Amino acid sequence: MIGLQFTFWDILRNLLSGAEWTIGLSLTAFLLGGSSGLLILFARISKNRLLQGFSRGYIEIFQGTPLLMQLFIVFFGLSLAGIDVSPWFAAAIGLTLFTSAYLAEIWRGCVESVPKGQWEASASLALNYFEQMRHVILPQAFRVAIPPTVGFSVQVVKGTSVASIIGFAELTKTGSMLANATFQPFMVFGLVALGYFLLCYPLSLYAKSLERKFHVTR
Amino acid sequence: MAYQFAFAPVFDNADLLLKGAGFTLGLTAIGATLGIGLGILGAISRAWKIAPFDRLFAVYVELIRNTPFLVQLFFIFFGLPSLGVQITEWSAAILAMVINLGAYSTEIIRAGIQATPRGQIEAAESLAFSRRQIFRHVVLVPALQRVWPALASQVIIVMLGSAVCSQIATEELTFAANFIQSRNFRAFETYFVTTGMYFLMALMLRQLLMWLGRRFIFRRAAR
Repeated sequence: MIGLQFTFWDILRNLLSGAEWTIGLSLTAFLLGGSSGLLILFARISKNRLLQGFSRGYIEIFQGTPLLMQLFIVFFGLSLAGIDVSPWFAAAIGLTLFTSAYLAEIWRGCVESVPKGQWEASASLALNYFEQMRHVILPQAFRVAIPPTVGFSVQVVKGTSVASIIGFAELTKTGSMLANATFQPFMVFGLVALGYFLLCYPLSLYAKSLERKFHVTR
Repeated sequence: MAYQFAFAPVFDNADLLLKGAGFTLGLTAIGATLGIGLGILGAISRAWKIAPFDRLFAVYVELIRNTPFLVQLFFIFFGLPSLGVQITEWSAAILAMVINLGAYSTEIIRAGIQATPRGQIEAAESLAFSRRQIFRHVVLVPALQRVWPALASQVIIVMLGSAVCSQIATEELTFAANFIQSRNFRAFETYFVTTGMYFLMALMLRQLLMWLGRRFIFRRAAR
């Protein structure tokens, strides 16, 4: 590799293609994690003891262990099960599980913030559980849930950096490789940090403004 | 042929895992103490708008909260030496944890301080409390008490996040796990046991922090 030179633009171009994978992984984890989180949420707030216990355990395990360990377990566990896993697949599954647990817990708080009278009133209108959820509880919980959900998306984007450790070439991994190749770790990791900041800061600001708007209209 | 799980090769290395767990807890203890200290300073400058520190802390908080811990760690460990600052993997890990927790606890404690009812400060003034007494007994300690559960959660997040310090060869729990699985080739079993250890440590740490809070912060504030 003697004579391989990286100009600033080469570094930037490579980091940008790494950032695309960061965005792709974040979106995948957020969308899949959001939909499976909804299932976990329904289990968590159901009246069935078994479902409640399962979902509570699920949430506690994912909130009580390092994301890195979760990725390792998915990565090595799936290959034991005979599934050929790429880092991308393991990272997507791992981050989806992680996201679903956190979102389910956030949303549970939102559902519980709906006043009890709403349940009673809708029950007295002879709505069944599904109708109460669909027409009374979830629409109100949804409004409360938007700001913290947007806020959590920042954690998902930052969490994708851990996927670099199982070898997924997203922004952080690309940065590590470039730092090794160029011997300019200060600049490269500075740019990597800037990349994450540019992705996360707008989301943080948006979450904050949503929160403010919600507090005003309440 | 079905895979045969074997946990014995992992438990043979229990000493390494326990040592690693000890170092993880040690890192967390130092990181949490200094980080919360930094957070108190940040919260004070932000809440009382002490120039220029309030602006500095505002920028610092946003920079840290919107970048991943792993990148902060790499920036400190690989980036700083190129500026001529030599740093060991231990100090890099501690520095990264302090800086990270400092930013989150600044925001958490600031929220606690700003929730102080004005009437309580006025009441303390009318009881001839000095400014220092008011700050300590009416503002800071009750603020810490209010946000203690949130701070405890953040400390646990930092403890769990310290797993990535293995990437700069800080010899904590995950580093021990990586080392063991590279020798016994039982990656799944090793990480499974390690994950269980982290889970127990998180549970214990929460109990410990709530006990510390009751023992040293809440008790005095309650009087």
